[in-house]
Amino acid sequence: MLDKNGIAKRIAKEIKDGYYVNLGIGIPTLVANFIPDGINVVLQSENGLLGMGPFPFEGEEDADLINAGKQTITTLPGSSIFDSAMSFGMIRSQKIDLTILGAMEVSENGDIANWKIPGKMVKGMGGAMDLVASAKNIIVAMQHVNKAGESKLLPKCSLPLTGVNCIRKVVTELAVLDILPEGGFKLIERAPGVSVDYIKQVTAGKLFADDGAPEMILD
Amino acid sequence: MINKVVTGADEAIRDIKDGSTLMLGGFGLCGIPENCITALVKKGVKRLTCISNNAGVDDFGIGLMLQQRQVKKMISSYVGENAEFERQLLSGELEVELIPQGTLATRCMAAGYGMPAIFTPAGVGTEVAEGKEIRNFNGKDYLMEYAFDADFALVKAWKGDTTGNLIFRSTSRNFNPVMAMAGKITIAEVEELVEPGTLDPDHIHTPGVYVHRIFQGANYEKRIEQRTVRPRN
Repeated sequence: MLDKNGIAKRIAKEIKDGYYVNLGIGIPTLVANFIPDGINVVLQSENGLLGMGPFPFEGEEDADLINAGKQTITTLPGSSIFDSAMSFGMIRSQKIDLTILGAMEVSENGDIANWKIPGKMVKGMGGAMDLVASAKNIIVAMQHVNKAGESKLLPKCSLPLTGVNCIRKVVTELAVLDILPEGGFKLIERAPGVSVDYIKQVTAGKLFADDGAPEMILD
Repeated sequence: MINKVVTGADEAIRDIKDGSTLMLGGFGLCGIPENCITALVKKGVKRLTCISNNAGVDDFGIGLMLQQRQVKKMISSYVGENAEFERQLLSGELEVELIPQGTLATRCMAAGYGMPAIFTPAGVGTEVAEGKEIRNFNGKDYLMEYAFDADFALVKAWKGDTTGNLIFRSTSRNFNPVMAMAGKITIAEVEELVEPGTLDPDHIHTPGVYVHRIFQGANYEKRIEQRTVRPRN
């Protein structure tokens, strides 16, 4: 079973040289720590920055330079700044190669729910609906089961949707799964020490796993 | 030479009245029109509709206007951690319309470009699409979203000249340029107000034609919402 860093590390292997990448808040943010040497990527922050650098050294924080999580950050050689309309323009026109975001639920036809729980204070969707509606390549980083032990990979999402039929790959603490164009989760890799039977047990949506799947290689 | 300079925030917002619709630039607390917000709190105008990506925090930004019960409706993409906001929302005092961030920005842009509506895929198949016209282009569904109609846009720039040309700094640019283009009356507060000819025309982000009033702000706090740093070695 993977911890959060393990999930981030596995997702980092999906990043190719030259990619422009948008990382969501939570586990997706950790992916930046595991980008392999020799792979050049440009991170987009949707508040208006391409080329997001690391956190500043103490004393060098700049209130005018933050990421979409409102954290102080830095720029890098080659960075560019733009307004919010252009930021979502490059998202909608699919200039961003890869989007990595978290989810509360994903369904077997690629629907995603990650912004609202009825009965709880709703904070808003931020840029998530724009990203999932337009991105050509979305990886969801999420826990396979919720705190009650129930599957979050479902036949149909129970929570209000963020986007429909848009997710093609999910990485959890247990597995890497593709969502097939005709519907259903296809098991691609297992986390170290996790059995196919266990993955079957905790995947409520349709699962194609009869061919088995190799253990993932993280290093 | 056209001169858009006003003496300060109080004069700039003089005709904002109860029930006005305002756009306020900024992302989180970054690039917000601090001086105009302070002046609005002092003036005490009420029943405002505020179009802003976020709603500030309890004791800064739009949060200051919420404390004084000046806001009737917020149109935002993310309202985050704000206890007073949450209290007013749950008690029904405050109306909130949550819309996707890209839709928010592009509805501003459309207003500034003179286009009545845009088509976006954001929200198709979700509750955001309820009651909205859907058009299919090349096999994909898009929602029709209208350009915003705001009485005033309040923006914050780094530098500006007396004719209203603006330059923004770093990611405090965010929604400011698109909102500046979208207000029927646009009020710009700047950290440094300079004479025409000082700013390179090639470096202007917002041409002065979009700006109706400009003043040099004072006492910028520029509060940081999430101070994140890394150790030196």
